[in-house]
Amino acid sequence: MRKDREYSDIPGTYVFDPEHSRQGYHLNMFCMSLNKEANREQFRRDESAYLDVFPMSPEQRDAVLQRDWIGLLRLGGNIYYTFKLAIFDGINMQEIGARMEGVPDEQFKAMMINGGRAIQGNRYQKEWNRSG
Amino acid sequence: MAKLFAGVGTSHVPGIGAAVDHKKTQTDYWKPLFDGYEPAREWMQNEAPDVVIIVYNDHASAFSLELIPTFAIGVAERFQPADEGYGPRKVPVVEGHPELAWHLAESLILDEFDMTIANEMPVDHGLTVPLSIACGEPDIWPCKVIPLCVNVIQYPSPTGNRCYQLGKAIRKAVEAFPADLKVAIFGTGGMSHQLQGERAGLVNADFDIAFLDDLTRNVDRLVRIPHVEYLREAGSEGAELVMWMIMRGALDDDAREVYRHFHVPASNTAAGLIILENP
Repeated sequence: MRKDREYSDIPGTYVFDPEHSRQGYHLNMFCMSLNKEANREQFRRDESAYLDVFPMSPEQRDAVLQRDWIGLLRLGGNIYYTFKLAIFDGINMQEIGARMEGVPDEQFKAMMINGGRAIQGNRYQKEWNRSG
Repeated sequence: MAKLFAGVGTSHVPGIGAAVDHKKTQTDYWKPLFDGYEPAREWMQNEAPDVVIIVYNDHASAFSLELIPTFAIGVAERFQPADEGYGPRKVPVVEGHPELAWHLAESLILDEFDMTIANEMPVDHGLTVPLSIACGEPDIWPCKVIPLCVNVIQYPSPTGNRCYQLGKAIRKAVEAFPADLKVAIFGTGGMSHQLQGERAGLVNADFDIAFLDDLTRNVDRLVRIPHVEYLREAGSEGAELVMWMIMRGALDDDAREVYRHFHVPASNTAAGLIILENP
């Protein structure tokens, strides 16, 4: 992640900017391939062999196999692409949200029903540093 | 001549489409949202536009990182619902209006908006969910649709001001079209939400309400919202709200609000809907 952009100080946020997009191109294009049922079928049969076609880094490949949802973002994944993998697994967006934050699914769902994550205290990285 | 008479701003959360498709609109979770859509459906039925221009974004369905058009206009006879990984939504095929769409493409490009022209463009929830919100579950959609797809996934998306100016050029183009058509424009996406990262789940209702208010009270402020403010205040995916500015630009300065609905949450999103009419 770049540190020199005006959005770099927003906490817990991976802006899909040019650098991020370059880093994640093959990872995201793998995710995109899961739009096709025939590809989903092949991936289901042998995940590792299927991934051989996509020239990803070893870290990206591991993150896919381990379903490391936050790692996928840090390695250049974009949520709309990585969500294709979640759809494949039968996981919904709130469950992904919970896993990226590292909290139980029920806790994340309850937060949304109660109005979502508040903006207060969540605008700047320094606010997270103070509380963390 | 064709007349652009109204604009609708609405969220396009996929969960809303799934609730319709799986008959869950009357559950405790979804009912308050769908109750608020009823007046909009009545409005749509009463006004019965011939053509709706739907400004939306593709979510890695028709386009991928292989090709990232900033503005793409669909000129086809019809657009198939896309397979987003679950199989396509079982909603009617979207019928286009090639004659008006080509006229728009021509007029906009000569007006210095460099549109990408799409003859093949499967349409995902970004376009079909607004139709479900406005029209319910008909056997065929009650209007022709011109899809106008905006890149809001790869940073940077077009600025709010660029979107607003495009809206103005759309208005001019529609009203130079020599057929007696009643045209509406939908701006979709938003409102505040963040799907990604440790800050996922962010909702900023104050930002959203002020945005809805200023669509009639202070459009100048909205036009100048920079990307960083959307990202910080409305969440990384709340930045989709620039698409509402295309809708707003296509309307009169003194367009009036005839209906609004705001509800939190629709899965991870603050769902908003507003109807604006020209005087």
